[in-house]
Amino acid sequence: MPVKRFSISQTVIILIITLFSVACLLPFLMVITGSLATENDIINNGYSLFPRHITLVSYKILLLGSNRIIDAYGISLLVTVVGTLLSVLVNSLGGYVMARRSFKYRNILSVYVIITMLFSGGLVPWYIVCVNYLHLKDTILAMILPPLAGAFNMFLIRNFLLSIPEDIYESAKMDGASEYRIYYQLILPLSKPVLATVGLFVALGYWNDWFLGLMFVDKQEYQPLQLLLRTLVSNVEFLRSSSNAIDMQRVAAQLPSESIKMALTVVTIGPIVFLYPFLQRYFVQGLMIGAVKG
Amino acid sequence: MKSISETANANVPKPVAAAPAFRTRNGFIKDLMRNHSLYIMFLPVGLLLLVFNYLPLAGLIIAFKNYDFDGGIFGSAWAKPILNNFDYLISSDAAYRAVRNTILLNALFIAVGLVFEVGLALMINELRNKVFKRVTQSITFLPFFISWIVVGVFTYNLLNYENGAINRIVEYFGFHPIDFYSQPGLWPLILTIAIRWKVTGYGTIIYLAALAGIDNSYYEAASIDGASRWQQIRYISIPMLRPTIIILTLLAVGRIMNADFGMFYAMVGDASLLYPTTDVIDTLVYRSLRKSGDIGMASAAGFIQSTVAFVLVLGSNWAARRIDKDSAIF
Repeated sequence: MPVKRFSISQTVIILIITLFSVACLLPFLMVITGSLATENDIINNGYSLFPRHITLVSYKILLLGSNRIIDAYGISLLVTVVGTLLSVLVNSLGGYVMARRSFKYRNILSVYVIITMLFSGGLVPWYIVCVNYLHLKDTILAMILPPLAGAFNMFLIRNFLLSIPEDIYESAKMDGASEYRIYYQLILPLSKPVLATVGLFVALGYWNDWFLGLMFVDKQEYQPLQLLLRTLVSNVEFLRSSSNAIDMQRVAAQLPSESIKMALTVVTIGPIVFLYPFLQRYFVQGLMIGAVKG
Repeated sequence: MKSISETANANVPKPVAAAPAFRTRNGFIKDLMRNHSLYIMFLPVGLLLLVFNYLPLAGLIIAFKNYDFDGGIFGSAWAKPILNNFDYLISSDAAYRAVRNTILLNALFIAVGLVFEVGLALMINELRNKVFKRVTQSITFLPFFISWIVVGVFTYNLLNYENGAINRIVEYFGFHPIDFYSQPGLWPLILTIAIRWKVTGYGTIIYLAALAGIDNSYYEAASIDGASRWQQIRYISIPMLRPTIIILTLLAVGRIMNADFGMFYAMVGDASLLYPTTDVIDTLVYRSLRKSGDIGMASAAGFIQSTVAFVLVLGSNWAARRIDKDSAIF
């Protein structure tokens, strides 16, 4: 008898969760079908899940028609690869030093790092430091350097390394290994799992970033993919909120078409969806390490 | 393990340092010489944090200065009445509106988020089909990995006046389409839905972990006593989640003055008709800094935001520590 009541509540729960899951997937499907639809279909029938005609024309235009999109893809790729490699390197070095129990001042360094996680000077002084003192305006470095050192990532690495017994360092030193060699030949291979987690965190951050581009990069050649997407969308939004209808129509004719916008969205999220199985596993793992404090 | 390392630690320096008085005076320099490679290894992150975190913290004083480009943060002259930038800020309606929107919207996001995340975690936890459980968890986690820019595109697909999917449906049923981008009243709801769509799956992870950690014998004992599944949720699961709920909420309250700039900028952007309900401190500061070039006002608003956030972070961390020592950040 209780079994039957169970299955009613199970059905309700399954229904709710299914609805929510479908809602999570729907926008993805909409951009995919939107990118495959013809321009006329979108204008006449709106975005729909089942386009009447399927065409690859917008992808063709994307690949052949515009250098800006290829350039933006290159910039995003460059920033992501270089940023991730550098970030994993410097954060693992920092985390390693904070994890060395025999190192007298490691707690002072930990406090130095934690403070940056809690307190922030805000946008304005940060912007002035980057532009006036570091001259990062309109450089690719502006999209790589500012988020390079991350307190959260450093602590993930530190917490992981704390599980390595101190004896290992002692015996390595006894054998005459320098600190650099201990780090490079002993610690780096041992910390592969946590470095993979941090690497994916960081890579996702760089790939999805557009804020740094928005703040520092006015040069069109250096615009990353996400920012280009934003520029295309905001033009339309801007037109919607501007009142002058004649102006609107004149500019609207020069705008890239709706389906191209959808195709650009698809290629922007493509790598993430492709890597999603890895991302998901390592993210959950990282969250769990992060939740258990050392 | 800790005790082993500490005894090892205590054993090492003793033979090196002969006179204790001498050691305390030159302790740091001695350590610097002996462990120089460790200091060099810390140097890159040390410098990066100094430049990108500590320098801007010191740079908060710019709010009391009359900023000029050549003088920079430290060389610019002090503002004539020292609070000049603040007077200017307070006299503008935009500042009041931004502070109000930031706090109210964040409070709304926190409250709704709590209900959705705990609710979904409890529901997923009840699922008996393992495959269904895994698949739905994967699907609901996916939106977390997408940038707000892309979410902005999704939203536009749904809401735009001419081809938006929602307006097509509205028209199909014979109603007039809604011009969402000129209706500020609807946007707290739209933003709440967007945020729930994006991060609910992510938010459930920690709650699910907490639920998985509950000892099964509680449930077994309860069901022997004849408790229904619902009663077990009500009297076991939810009370066991309480510490996690309180800590996560407190930490979120600590950040109530900081809006998610990415979301607001990507979803609302330049649609100034929506500002009455969607302009927050972060977007106001951004516009003053980058669009109107009004650094005085931007820095004053930023100063207030940073100092209030400072107090809130300390306060919420203090409260979190009182409830559960391990959950506080520091």
